[in-house]
Amino acid sequence: MNNLPSSSYLNRPQGIKSWLLTLDHKRIGLLYLFSVMTAFALGGVFAMLILLELLSPGREIIDADTYHQFFTLHGAIMIFLFIIPSIPAILGNFVLPLMIGARDVAFPRLNLASWYVYILGSLFALYSIIAGAVDTGWTFYTPYSVETTTSVISMTLGAFILGFSSIFTGLNFIVTIHKLRAPGMSWFKMPLFVWGLYATAIIQVLATPVLGITLLLLIIERVAGIGIFDPAMGGDPVLYQHFFWFYSHPAVYIMILPGMGIISELISVFSHKKIFGYKAIAFSSLGIAFVSFLVWGHHMFVSGQSELAAMIFSFLTFFVGIPSGIKVFNWVTTMYKGSISLEAPMLYALSFLFLFTIGGLTGIFLGALSVDVHLHDTYFIVAHFHYVMMGGTVMAFLGGLHYWWPKIWGRMYSEKWARVAVALIFVGFNVTFFSQFILGSQGMPRRYYNYLDQYQPLHAFSTFGSWILGLGFIVMAIYLIHSLFKGRPGGANPWGALTFEWTTSSPPPHENFAEIPRVEHGPYDFDRVTAKSTLGETI
Amino acid sequence: MSQTAGHPSFLQHHFSDAEQQRESAKLGMWIFLLTEILLFGGLFCAYAIYRSWNPEIFHNAHVHLNVYLGTLNTVVLITSSVTMALAIRSMQLGRRTATLRFLAVTLALAAVFLVIKYFEYSHKIHLGQLPGKFYTYDGIAGTNPHIFFSVYFLMTGLHGIHVLAGMATIAWLVVRTSRNVFSSEYYTPIEMTGLYWHLVDLIWIFLFPLFYLVG
Ligand SMILES: [Cu+2]
Repeated sequence: MNNLPSSSYLNRPQGIKSWLLTLDHKRIGLLYLFSVMTAFALGGVFAMLILLELLSPGREIIDADTYHQFFTLHGAIMIFLFIIPSIPAILGNFVLPLMIGARDVAFPRLNLASWYVYILGSLFALYSIIAGAVDTGWTFYTPYSVETTTSVISMTLGAFILGFSSIFTGLNFIVTIHKLRAPGMSWFKMPLFVWGLYATAIIQVLATPVLGITLLLLIIERVAGIGIFDPAMGGDPVLYQHFFWFYSHPAVYIMILPGMGIISELISVFSHKKIFGYKAIAFSSLGIAFVSFLVWGHHMFVSGQSELAAMIFSFLTFFVGIPSGIKVFNWVTTMYKGSISLEAPMLYALSFLFLFTIGGLTGIFLGALSVDVHLHDTYFIVAHFHYVMMGGTVMAFLGGLHYWWPKIWGRMYSEKWARVAVALIFVGFNVTFFSQFILGSQGMPRRYYNYLDQYQPLHAFSTFGSWILGLGFIVMAIYLIHSLFKGRPGGANPWGALTFEWTTSSPPPHENFAEIPRVEHGPYDFDRVTAKSTLGETI
Repeated sequence: MSQTAGHPSFLQHHFSDAEQQRESAKLGMWIFLLTEILLFGGLFCAYAIYRSWNPEIFHNAHVHLNVYLGTLNTVVLITSSVTMALAIRSMQLGRRTATLRFLAVTLALAAVFLVIKYFEYSHKIHLGQLPGKFYTYDGIAGTNPHIFFSVYFLMTGLHGIHVLAGMATIAWLVVRTSRNVFSSEYYTPIEMTGLYWHLVDLIWIFLFPLFYLVG
C-alpha cells in the first residue's frame, strides 16, 4: 500500500492567496484545469441544446435567432476557451517542466499572467453571452459580423485577449525547452509530448499575432467604419477570410499537435515497448507545423479566390496527410508485438487512433477541390471537424488527463468506471457524428435551424448520440471527483513509465525534484530498462 | 546544484546560474519581438494589397503627408536608439549616473516623437483627411481616397501605441536604476528594453518611406 507524501505542492504553502498568486507551474496547471473544464461544461451544454433543437424539423425548444447564438457560443467557447488551452495550458504546464527535469518553466510570472489574461478574456466572452450573444458563427466573417446587432465586439475582444494568453504559454514553453532541460537531456532524449508541445508553441507564437491584428481590425471596422473589409468603401471582405484562416488553419494544429504528443506517450507506455520511429514522430510534428502555414486557402475554395490559388492550396493540403500518416503508422508499429495493457488511458489512445484516422481521411476528401465544392458548408464539414477535434484532441486530452491524474493528485481513479465512461463516450461520439457524415453527403447544410423531413431520422440519431455522450461525461466527472477524496494512492510510478515525471513522488514536492534527475536512458527504452509499476498486481 | 552558496539576489530559484537566466530572457525577448513583427506583418500585407489595387490614390494622397516632419521624426527615433544603446553600455561598465542620463534622454526623445506625431495628426483631423466614414476632405482625386488614410492611421497609430509602451518601460527602468537594482553583473531588463526599442525604431524606418516617400 502506497502512502501520500506528507508535504507536496498541493498542501505547501496553504491558503487561497497562495493559490491565486502562485508561481508554481503545477498549481497554475490546476488553475487552468478548473477554469478550462468549466468552459468545457458550458460549451457542452450548448452542444446538447443545439442537438436537442435539431431532433425534429421546426421549433423544439428555442427559436431560430437563439439557435444561431447557441451554435456560435458553442463554437467560440469550445475553440477559444477549451481546446486551444486544454492540453498545453493544463497538462503541458503541469508535466513539461517535470518531463525535462526542470524546477519550473522559464518565466513563472508570465505563466501566472497568462492564466489571468485567460480569465479576463473569458469574462469578455461571458459578457457577450449576457449582452445578447453573437450570431455570426465562431469565424466572425465580414460583412455580417460588422452589420449584426449582437455583441460581436465583446466576443472578438475576448478572443483577442485569449490570444495573448496563448502566446504567453507558447513563448514560455519554447524558452523552457531550449534552456531548462536537465543536464544530459539532449533534444532526442526528450519525451515526444515535449516535441509536440514545442511544435505547438511555434505555431502559437507565429500565428496568434495575425489573429490578434485581424480581430483588432474587425473591432475597429465595427466601431469606426474604416472600410478595410467593406467593398462599398474600397475594402475587401475576402481579405478578412485570408487573415482569419492564416491563423485559424494553423490553430487547428495548435489543437491537435499536443494531442499527438500525448498519444505517443500512451502508446509506448501501455504497449511496454520502445516507440517505433522516434525521430520520424518528432520531425513530423515540426513538418505539420511548417505545412500548416501554407494551406489556409482551402477554407476559401468557394469564396472567390483565383482558381490557380485554389489548386495550389488544394495540392498543398494533401501534404498535411504525409506527416500525419507517418505518425499513425509509427504508433501502430509500436503496438505490434508489444504487451498491451488496456487501462483507461490506452483505451483513449486507441479511440484516438480510430477516430483521428477517420477524421484525417475525410479531411483528404475535403482538400480535393472538386469534392469540396459539393461538400462545402454541409454537415460533412461538421462531422470531419468533430472527428479531428473531439475524436482526436479531446480523446488525447482525456487519455492524458487519466494518465497523469495519479501524478497530479497522488490518487487513482476507479478503473472500472473509467472503462464504462470510455465506452459511453466512444459509442456516443460515433452515433452523434458518423450520422452527420451521411447527412452532409446527402446535402444537409450546416448551421441551419430547419430542415427537410427526409433528414429527420439521421438528425434524431445524432441527437440520441449526444445523450450517450453527455452521460459518459457525467460518469467521468463523478468518478474523477470521487477519486480526489477516496482514490487509493498510486505511488510514484503507477504505470511503470520511464520519463522523468514518474521518478518524483505523487503528488510532486513544491520544487519538483529533491535532486535534479540524471539522464540514464531514453524516454522509451523499455527494451533496456524495466520500471516496475508502483501499483503492484492489482490493476 | 541551484542552491549553492553565494546565490545572487537577482537569480530566480529555478535557474541554475545567472548565465542560464540571462540566456532565457534573451531568447524569450527575441520570440516576443517575432510576434510583434507578425502583428505588424498583417498590416504591411494590407498596405501592399490596397496599394496595388489603388496605386493612383496612394500616389495622390501621400503628397498630403508632411515629409519634413516625417524626416525629423525619423532622426529623433534613430537618435533615441543610439542613446538607448549607450544606456546599456554604461550599465555594463557599472556607470549608474551615465545610465540614468541616457535613459532620460531616450525618454525625452520618445516624447518629442509623439508630440510631432500629435501635430501631424491634428492637422489631418482638422482637414478631414481621416479613415473610412470620417473622411470629409475633397482635394484628392480618385474613388475611395480614404483607404490611404485608413491604412496610414492604423499603422502609425499602432506604432504610436508601441512608442507609448516603450516609454512606460523606460520610465520604469529609470526608477529601478535610481534604486540601484542594476549593476554590471545584472542589467538584463535594460538590455531587453533596448531590443524592444530598436524594433519600434525599425518599424518606423519601414513606415516612413512607405507612406511619406514612395510615390
Ligand atoms: Cu484548414
